[in-house]
Amino acid sequence: MTACVTICPIGAVEDEIVEPISRCIEEKCGLTCRFFQRMETPEYAYDKGREQYNSKLILRRLINHLPKNSFKLMGVTQVDLFVPILKYVFGVAQMQGPCSVISTHRLYPEFYEESSNQGLFLERVQKTALHELGHCFGLIHCRDRHCIMYSSTRIQDTDLKKMDFCPSCRDLFNWYLDQARKDHQI
Amino acid sequence: MSKKPRILIVDDEAAMRESLKDWLMEDGYEVNSAESGEAAVKMAAERNWDIVLLDLKMPGMDGIETLERIKEINPDAEVLMMTAYATVDTAVQAMKDGAFDYLVKPFDPDEVEIQIKKIVEHKDLVVQNILLRKKLEEKYHYDEIIGKSDAMQEVFELIDRVAPTDSTVLITGESGTGKELVAQAIHGNSARCYMPFIAVSCGALPDTLLESELFGYERGAFSGAEHRKRGRFEMADKGTLFLDEIGDISLKTQVDLLRILQQKEFLRLGSEEIIKVDVRILAATNRDLKAAIREKRFREDLFYRLNVISIHVPPLRKRKEDIPLLVTAFIQKYCLEMNKEEVKIASSALKLLMDYDWPGNVRELENIIERALVIGQGQKIEADDLPFSRRDMAPAELPRSLKKMERVHIRRILKETNWNISKAARELDIDRQTLYNKIDKYGITKEEI
Repeated sequence: MTACVTICPIGAVEDEIVEPISRCIEEKCGLTCRFFQRMETPEYAYDKGREQYNSKLILRRLINHLPKNSFKLMGVTQVDLFVPILKYVFGVAQMQGPCSVISTHRLYPEFYEESSNQGLFLERVQKTALHELGHCFGLIHCRDRHCIMYSSTRIQDTDLKKMDFCPSCRDLFNWYLDQARKDHQI
Repeated sequence: MSKKPRILIVDDEAAMRESLKDWLMEDGYEVNSAESGEAAVKMAAERNWDIVLLDLKMPGMDGIETLERIKEINPDAEVLMMTAYATVDTAVQAMKDGAFDYLVKPFDPDEVEIQIKKIVEHKDLVVQNILLRKKLEEKYHYDEIIGKSDAMQEVFELIDRVAPTDSTVLITGESGTGKELVAQAIHGNSARCYMPFIAVSCGALPDTLLESELFGYERGAFSGAEHRKRGRFEMADKGTLFLDEIGDISLKTQVDLLRILQQKEFLRLGSEEIIKVDVRILAATNRDLKAAIREKRFREDLFYRLNVISIHVPPLRKRKEDIPLLVTAFIQKYCLEMNKEEVKIASSALKLLMDYDWPGNVRELENIIERALVIGQGQKIEADDLPFSRRDMAPAELPRSLKKMERVHIRRILKETNWNISKAARELDIDRQTLYNKIDKYGITKEEI
């Protein structure tokens, strides 16, 4: 196994979205990224009543597809995600676990009736991916509004964050990464 | 709150429970969940939860009943009700029953975070409030002496006034009222506070021993005096000498004391060397010294020497409003000593304590609280943990004969212990055989119990 993160497009996700996620993770976390074959649109997770997709069910499916040569797997989808108790989520992760999934649905400026802005959109995607990956390594939410691990409950929170960990989350991330490397004998 | 709050989620739907738990764990909270009201009540009894997120509609025990039960167990827990069917009625009912607020499922991610932050801020305010109240209560404490009653406030004022002076003080009051604590407070708040505070219980020593204890002796002063010994007066030089039970000293010792008080000097037994000391005298008695003067058992001149300033410590029955404060202080003290989590006192038990006459005063109350904490296993001191029953409150109803009284007492303990001979013997502080003998002697039968 290598210290790599596998990114898996779920359903119709453009390559222009997946590539920047990979770049960001390699740059900010020092981890190499691989791409997994595209998975089908998660109809199994569709909730008719809510007209959204249950992220927990997607996570469950992802766990079964964790590649043997990778220790983290991140799903990327365009569908609108929810967890049963919340109206929506930008993404979910297994705390200190292998899998996470992010949704681009609510990251488009157009969703908030703003004009299209590809740069802003990709920045939001990268921030959301980095945040969920942090959870996969064991990081909890940070009080620093500018830290990538600050809780994003609204898109404004995401926009306010910087694309990096605060110094203490950075230290913690490195420590967790070392632990994960030892655990996986990488 | 200095620590992250502990959160309990109660919902019969696993998906709701688990997704909320995961969400809150991302915030670093310590989270656990229960699948029913019954399970939640059990978990609330086992440990304290700072925040409870509670579903309103559940099979079995519903949210409102669960809320009431949790609040009974832990009134400090803040409960956020969760409902998929928001109606004003249920929300109002829940708030009336003590819920902090309610959330409509599914929540906006913002909502739950904001509500929890609100609770944390609210709890911080409550803690600040408690700290402020504690500061205020410190006003009711003078070192170890506790009391907010007017009578005790007068005592504190007197201590404040006399402590900085070098005046002799006579402290009066019944046994167990805390006369020595008053003496310590006077010493502790005087310029002599860094010098010794020496206490002598005059009533506990025979006359000759008291004399050698107070003044010391030279080697060979009497048979058995193998070494020179410093007396308490010398030991207390530059400090304070507290003479407890002063009403019990002999007329001979009264003369010696008077001389010291007048001349500030004395002789060791068997020595002709005059020793000068700088000692402040505080004396205490539970006796009526004026009556003793009339009966010629106490010297009037010594009384006036001692009674330059007098402080009377009121009996507990005259300041019953201090009982709750004292009970809390003793619970804190003994829970700390016993390494126990702080317990509360049931209102029925507190009422018993308020109704009692306290012949042994604060000392008796302290002993009873210590005993209740040793015996009681629950999170509350209950009426059953107290050694006296309501019958104790009406001594007129008790038999006058000592034998009859013994029978009544043994019957009562046997009844309280459900005829458990070992337990009853322990309570009565006698061995099991003695108890069997007394049961035979008084013809007490299990049936009548």
